[in-house]
Amino acid sequence: MESIAINQSGYQIKRGRIEEITELTELEKLFRIVLPDDEALDHDPGQFVQVSLFGVGEAPISICSSPTRRDSFELCVRNAGRFTAALHQLKVGDEVGIRGPFGVGFPVVPLEGNDVLLIAGGLGIAPLRSLINFIIDNRRDFGKVDILLGSRDPESMLFCDELAYWRKRIDINFCCSVDRAAPEWEGNVGLITALIPGASLDPLKTIAVACGPPIMYRFVVDELLKKGIPESHIYLSLERHMKCGLGKCGHCQIHDVYCCQDGPVFNYSWVKKIKGAI
Amino acid sequence: MTQALIAKTKLADLVSFLALCGKVVGPVPLGHGQFKFAEVRSLAEMALDYIPTILPPKKYFMPQYETLLRYDGADGQQMQAVVEVEELVLFGVHTCDLAGIQCLNVVFSDRPRDLHYMIRKNHITLIGLECSDYCDSYASCAMLRNHLPKGGYDLFFSELSDGYFVDIKTQKGEQLVEESGLFEPVSDAAREQLQELRRAKKQIFRSEVPIRYQDIPRLFDETFDSDVWTRIGEKCLSCGNCTNVCPTCYCFDVMDEPDLDLTRGRRIRVWDSCQHETFAKVAGDESFREQRSDRKRHRFNRKFRYPMKRYKRMFCTGCGRCSRSCMAKIDLKETLGALMEERG
Repeated sequence: MESIAINQSGYQIKRGRIEEITELTELEKLFRIVLPDDEALDHDPGQFVQVSLFGVGEAPISICSSPTRRDSFELCVRNAGRFTAALHQLKVGDEVGIRGPFGVGFPVVPLEGNDVLLIAGGLGIAPLRSLINFIIDNRRDFGKVDILLGSRDPESMLFCDELAYWRKRIDINFCCSVDRAAPEWEGNVGLITALIPGASLDPLKTIAVACGPPIMYRFVVDELLKKGIPESHIYLSLERHMKCGLGKCGHCQIHDVYCCQDGPVFNYSWVKKIKGAI
Repeated sequence: MTQALIAKTKLADLVSFLALCGKVVGPVPLGHGQFKFAEVRSLAEMALDYIPTILPPKKYFMPQYETLLRYDGADGQQMQAVVEVEELVLFGVHTCDLAGIQCLNVVFSDRPRDLHYMIRKNHITLIGLECSDYCDSYASCAMLRNHLPKGGYDLFFSELSDGYFVDIKTQKGEQLVEESGLFEPVSDAAREQLQELRRAKKQIFRSEVPIRYQDIPRLFDETFDSDVWTRIGEKCLSCGNCTNVCPTCYCFDVMDEPDLDLTRGRRIRVWDSCQHETFAKVAGDESFREQRSDRKRHRFNRKFRYPMKRYKRMFCTGCGRCSRSCMAKIDLKETLGALMEERG
């Protein structure tokens, strides 16, 4: 058996150096990563990369920074398994392998000129943050912006400094809710779906984008439809386990599409026709 | 020359010639009516009258364990992507298995192209062999129109009374014919014999399930919520046999295999199965195909319906391996029959 070296393999990685690590919560860390020669990752909001640590493996992680901030990119990682635990052990200056970016992200072009309703549940704020900061950096291209955020409890809320900044901006309506909280919590308590009826929006001018745990979508979509938002104005980022990112390995397949190449963001008018998609 | 003849008496010389040039792989008997593709040095080692081998020739195109990268983590994340290749001739591949290889070709040449597969494929010479008769009751090649050659080979042999009619499809095939010096031009009598063989096949090979090829995807679309899937799910053992033996199943996992020093190692891809419980599991332990019935339905749809939309072809070759190897005796033709009955 002869072993031939190849340079154009889809499995080839780039060496990414960790420039900064921020502890967001007990479980989540934010990694700022720089590619060699300060090469831009050149991603769209909502895309993901395959992060690898040799000897441990690879995992798909969504990019949580906006492509408008080109000198580095950020990944928000929850310590939830063997790979992410190893990632959490890393220090500034350490390297990770990067493949990608992969997939079809959030619908930036259809969003332009329209009002935008962004709905994030739990860790769903991480990929959605790439879009939120993209919108902030191109604020004039978008109409009214509403951000609804749901979290398990106040302690698990991510990007707290940024949330405070979004809340302060007069050109963004930010609203959050927690599933449960101690009595001193002054904000909303309840599921994220409870925030939708109160949002003041023009349904035909609004494009809604949701990102969160799979269980959230059915309920969120029901509320959005009740508000009169057309099905074709709703986008969902679907959670699947992408092993290769190249549309081959089959793990992320939903009927005839590969989530890693054709998604993870899909229009609801497609999703609703596909049994088992949400 | 696009066609040639080889006398039966010269077939052994051809295999010896091929074996002198490199590795030759052909169907080898294993006893108990079973066969496998394995390296041979002579015609005598092979059984050309064979039913589908336990594993399809997929194993040479997409090995069960395949190195994608060699890495060295001593100084950051350093690696080199590699493809492991071996020059080989696959001899005596039936039309169902040629169809299976064509399916893999379509998947791995679809963008983004998989260079590991594409490079390895270029090192393999394919010599097909026509089936004159049915393998056994599990076969459904006629329903899927795979009982006749449809390309995907370098050379294709059809058995005549005292020789083989050889269709030459590629330059590689033509070179082999010329260099061996064992072939002769086609005669009118041979052409007539080939036509007779194909006429006879029309009588022997009939669609094994009373459904037209073009109607199969719709059958699966319309029976997505059928009780048949529940019943099959109750039988299925989730063992993954059906996917391992399938000539077109290509799902895989990617993992690292560290050396003993834990610094160096290789990243490999390994066959995986959509029939396993963990296959579609995501963070938070949610699975989108939690039930065996969901997974079984997914696999059948991946053979007969989804790829029609994506690749314009079915990914069942009709080889019958899944039914033959199923420990729970889930039979493809019976499943199709049950779905048709349920739909009415």
